[in-house]
Amino acid sequence: MSTAIQSGAAAVTNQQAAAAPQTPVIDLQGLSVRFGSREILKDLVCSLRGRAIGLLGPNGAGKSTLINTLLGFYKPSSGSARVLGHDIRTDTRRIRSLVGYMPENDAFISKMSAVSFVQMMAELSGLPTEAALERAHEALFCVGLAEARYRELGTYSLGMKQLAKLAQAIAHGPKLLILDEPTNGLDPSARQRMIRMIGDIRDSNRLQIVLCSHLLRDVEDTCEEVLILNQGRIAHYSNLEEERKANKRFLELELYGANGDFTEAVEKLGCECATTANRLKMILADGVEVRDIYRIAAERDVRIRRLNFRRDTLEDIFLKAMES
Amino acid sequence: MAVYRRSYTSYAGLLTPAWSRSLVLFRYSRKKLFRSKLQTALFVLCFFYPLLCLILIYLAHNLSFLERLEANQSISIDNRFFFFFINVQGVLAFVLTAFTGPGLISPDIANGALPLYFCRPFSRAEYVLGKASVLVILLSQITWMPGLVLFAVQSSLAGAQWTWDHLWIAGSLVLSSLIWIAILSLLAMALSAWVKWRIVAGALLLAVLFFGAGFAEAINAVMRTQSGHFINLVFLMKTIWTYLFRIDTGQSMTSAEAWTALLVYCGICLALLVRKVRAYEVVK
Repeated sequence: MSTAIQSGAAAVTNQQAAAAPQTPVIDLQGLSVRFGSREILKDLVCSLRGRAIGLLGPNGAGKSTLINTLLGFYKPSSGSARVLGHDIRTDTRRIRSLVGYMPENDAFISKMSAVSFVQMMAELSGLPTEAALERAHEALFCVGLAEARYRELGTYSLGMKQLAKLAQAIAHGPKLLILDEPTNGLDPSARQRMIRMIGDIRDSNRLQIVLCSHLLRDVEDTCEEVLILNQGRIAHYSNLEEERKANKRFLELELYGANGDFTEAVEKLGCECATTANRLKMILADGVEVRDIYRIAAERDVRIRRLNFRRDTLEDIFLKAMES
Repeated sequence: MAVYRRSYTSYAGLLTPAWSRSLVLFRYSRKKLFRSKLQTALFVLCFFYPLLCLILIYLAHNLSFLERLEANQSISIDNRFFFFFINVQGVLAFVLTAFTGPGLISPDIANGALPLYFCRPFSRAEYVLGKASVLVILLSQITWMPGLVLFAVQSSLAGAQWTWDHLWIAGSLVLSSLIWIAILSLLAMALSAWVKWRIVAGALLLAVLFFGAGFAEAINAVMRTQSGHFINLVFLMKTIWTYLFRIDTGQSMTSAEAWTALLVYCGICLALLVRKVRAYEVVK
């Protein structure tokens, strides 16, 4: 048996090399996809490296087509793409061994318990039977289906089926997790749970995530980079982390005991202010630092209960991208 | 087993070789198959006739017993005996396929499971191979395997000369069974891939064989021709079997014509499978 089994350690080393930080998770070089006369993806060029990458766009923008092309389900009509450094035309099998995929639609095997289903999927990814069974239990515990893992998938609710799909995607320990609309059809609490789980997986730093959604909130809560697609083209690329840093001149203060004096004093420094109830929004003038604001507040006996760096929301970014 | 772990962990263990992945599918599909009591009962039923043949072979060589019954002239173990055996088992193989085949691919398509298979290092060919192997092994167990057992028993009782003279029967048994198994497997899987409902797919399989035969006869009668036989799968198969077992029944079709027609059937089934067994359908 041991001779028939490849060295997983070597495979893992290769995987780690492939997923090194300098290697882009997704590298698109003029990628186009055409179905008959319809061009679905048009000359996409970008390089994405973040821990969690969001694919945003209205319905029919080409998000799922892009994912399916990266997985080798569709052939590119021109251009090329690389996933974790592997070419999608020549290394499809290798890419698929590194990726965990959670499809958008219902996808399960009827008359099979969740644990058998996840075990089978892990075995198809190359895990030996015993390891696959162990990983299936772990994955189902991880997604919160431990109590229901011996139930048939056909009897699961929609939310549970989504979780089972997530479990099968992570069971074999992929280097890249691709989630296509993971919160589809979930009620608010189930959605929150799913988003929290995706965040936990991302924070484990053991894999990178590509999340495809048309729900801005999902992407904003989980992703560091966002690629916005519209009509098959890249409408906007945004590094949310950098956006957050770039917008540090926008402040929102929640004040206690404030009067007109405080606002006047801040405006004298050259800052623009707007007051609503006990909140004050301002744009810091050049040369003015946050400690200056604290100093003015202390001089006037005003207590700052909360100070936030306000930034453009993803909705703002998305709407601008759609308009452009 | 570390089921207490609630957070995601990566996997750094051993991996199985790529060629063994089809066996995973075979193992799970077969396990699922035999959960049905009806299926198991039908499978067991398929061994009654081979058992009867075994008794007949024993009786044919037990002269004193047959003389007492005055029936020693009626049992002859020759090519006709094995031809009849393969006909009976062929019908049972078809019935078993009608129960088993439709459930192989249609549930995966109905439940959208194909992307889950193909997003792994697992190709469409391996998927079809894995599913087909369930039928191939199941049908082999009721056709050429018991056939060879009967041949071996007859050989041991009849002696080396009989074995040497009739060795071609063993080859015919295996070849005729494998052709029938290949046709049935491809047809069942193609129908299973195109019809989402298992029961409808099973009914279609019956229709292809029975209505196909009826339609072929109607064409022959109306057009006063024999070319209708080309769409009659049972007739094609029987033609090949009679040639393989060297039985002269005055067939109206040559062996080459029957082979060509069967190859066309197989090609159509494969094309249907290639068209349908894919992660997502492309709408052009």
